[in-house]
Amino acid sequence: MARISLTDLRHTYRERARDDADWALKRLDLNWEAGSANALLGPSGCGKTTLLNIISGLLRPTEGTVRFGERDVTALPPDARNIAQVFQFPVVYDTMSVYDNLAFPLRNRGIPQVSVDARVREIAAMLDLEPTLDQRAAGLTADGKQKISLGRGLVRADVNAILFDEPLTVIDPHLKWRLRSKLKELHQRLHTTMIYVTHDQTEALTFADQVVVMNEGMVVQAGTPVELFERPRHTFVGYFIGSPGMNVLPATFEGGVARVFGHAVQTAVPPKAPPPGARLEIGVRPEFVRFSTAGIPVRIARSSDTGRHRIVEAQHENAIIKLLVNEGEPLPGERAFVSFDPKYTQLYADGWIVEGGRP
Amino acid sequence: MSTKIPNQKGWLLVLPVVVLVAFNAIIPLMTVINYSVQETFGENVFFFEGVKWFEAVLHSSRFHLALQRQLLFTGIILAIEVPLGVAIALAMPRRGPWVSICLVLVAMPLLIPWNVVGAMWNLLALPDIGLLGRTLNAMGINYNYTRQPFAAWATLIAMDVWHWTSLVVLLAYAGLSAIPDAYYQAAKIDGASSGAVFRYIQLPKMKRVLTIAVLLRFMDSFMIYTEPIVLTGGGPGNATTLLSIDLVKVALGQFDLGPAAAMSLIYFLIVLLLSWIFYTVMTKDEVQ
Repeated sequence: MARISLTDLRHTYRERARDDADWALKRLDLNWEAGSANALLGPSGCGKTTLLNIISGLLRPTEGTVRFGERDVTALPPDARNIAQVFQFPVVYDTMSVYDNLAFPLRNRGIPQVSVDARVREIAAMLDLEPTLDQRAAGLTADGKQKISLGRGLVRADVNAILFDEPLTVIDPHLKWRLRSKLKELHQRLHTTMIYVTHDQTEALTFADQVVVMNEGMVVQAGTPVELFERPRHTFVGYFIGSPGMNVLPATFEGGVARVFGHAVQTAVPPKAPPPGARLEIGVRPEFVRFSTAGIPVRIARSSDTGRHRIVEAQHENAIIKLLVNEGEPLPGERAFVSFDPKYTQLYADGWIVEGGRP
Repeated sequence: MSTKIPNQKGWLLVLPVVVLVAFNAIIPLMTVINYSVQETFGENVFFFEGVKWFEAVLHSSRFHLALQRQLLFTGIILAIEVPLGVAIALAMPRRGPWVSICLVLVAMPLLIPWNVVGAMWNLLALPDIGLLGRTLNAMGINYNYTRQPFAAWATLIAMDVWHWTSLVVLLAYAGLSAIPDAYYQAAKIDGASSGAVFRYIQLPKMKRVLTIAVLLRFMDSFMIYTEPIVLTGGGPGNATTLLSIDLVKVALGQFDLGPAAAMSLIYFLIVLLLSWIFYTVMTKDEVQ
């Protein structure tokens, strides 16, 4: 088990990167503490699998270093890095039994049969694979096979980290939940560093203590699920995480006051002056918008029921502001106003959050 | 609830297939079966003979020898072509511009008509003017495939390997290309040696296509006619007289329709039986 740190990392799949768009991964620095549960979240093609393959050693980064603990492993092949990886599609050795599959990584490393047997049985018990140990791996269901893939990572007691590349993609929805809780449980038991790549926010937020959100080859924000929810550092994080996503409304900023549609809006921290000419926006999640007696005048355009609450779309001129209203709470009539909870309202310039000015 | 309306028009739709199968399989086969149990002295006069021809063929040492030669030939070419084909497929690039170049080069022998292959090798191997024959003799090897049975066999096998290994290569390559990268990556992470990768990933994943390759090569080589008849004509003596060549000699050379028909049927049953055995053995532990 080791702390994983990436320094000045960049990667391109081209011979030579000519402009910014050629970099599959733009320069990034990241640290994952030993024994932590982490997620890499982002849309398809954002570079998260590239990053994962760099950590596992399947890819060598164009620039920068990968360290496990104090050791520089940038140039090492995957087997020398002592990591395990679970892929999107379950990888099992078809001709082997479940037992042999689990024993394979140990036998390849020349570990004596007695220890192999003990370890395989221990891991099989953790993964509820015991009854199938003697079966052919090829005969198992997709979730069973994915457990074997995971098991081959877990059997190696000294593994530095386990990497997951969208491991639940081919699993039936009702089994996804079970496998996910299993993962969480295993992490709490074994305290192995785990990095989980996904484009599904629910998977990321329920699994990880630390989530790294990526977009277009960049790390947009790294933080706890609560931080990502309450204080998105980029409007992308605002609407990628949350359901429905954050309201992002055009704004102006004059004399220390941010305005939306001409109405003054208070933000969590009084922002410093944004760079001149930047595109300004106010971001606030639907959870933190309320109907009130004064504020931005709106007309209710649509309301849809999700069970726990209603998502109301309030219209001001051509803009839609979404808000959540609890089940059973009455909606105001034709003329209504909305206001934002200042604690969770942020000003963004060109998509990035505007930090607070000096108090 | 619903009443079925009898409609026999469906038979009309099946008719073309029935006619086709009848003309290209059932009727010719029936003719052969018909011949196999009768004797004729020409002028379309036939006498029923029962299983006499079958007994005669099964007891004739000529048939036994041809069958042994056939089994030997098929055994040798399978033992060479399957491992060689797999080895070439493994050595071929998996991506990049060389893939299509390699594929075209490999597929080339398959595009040449069979009798042309025979003629090419015939010319190539001629001891006095052929490139191969002359070179071998110049190197001090006494080589003359028209006189030496061993040389004839070697040439025949070399020709078949040249002509048909490509088929195994293409099938094996297709099987290899279908293996997702994740398998190789997982094997790398699991610390598997390249031998283990072959044994536990590549070979199992190629198994289906290799089954097809072995079956095709078995059936084709067991029925081979054109290339050896052009190359050696079954000689020297009867050294390379394979089953099909012998059959043609009996049927068209001697015009013994009865024995030839009986021989055809036995031949057909042997191919069928061996194919079935191959298939059953190779797929016996497949997971359903």
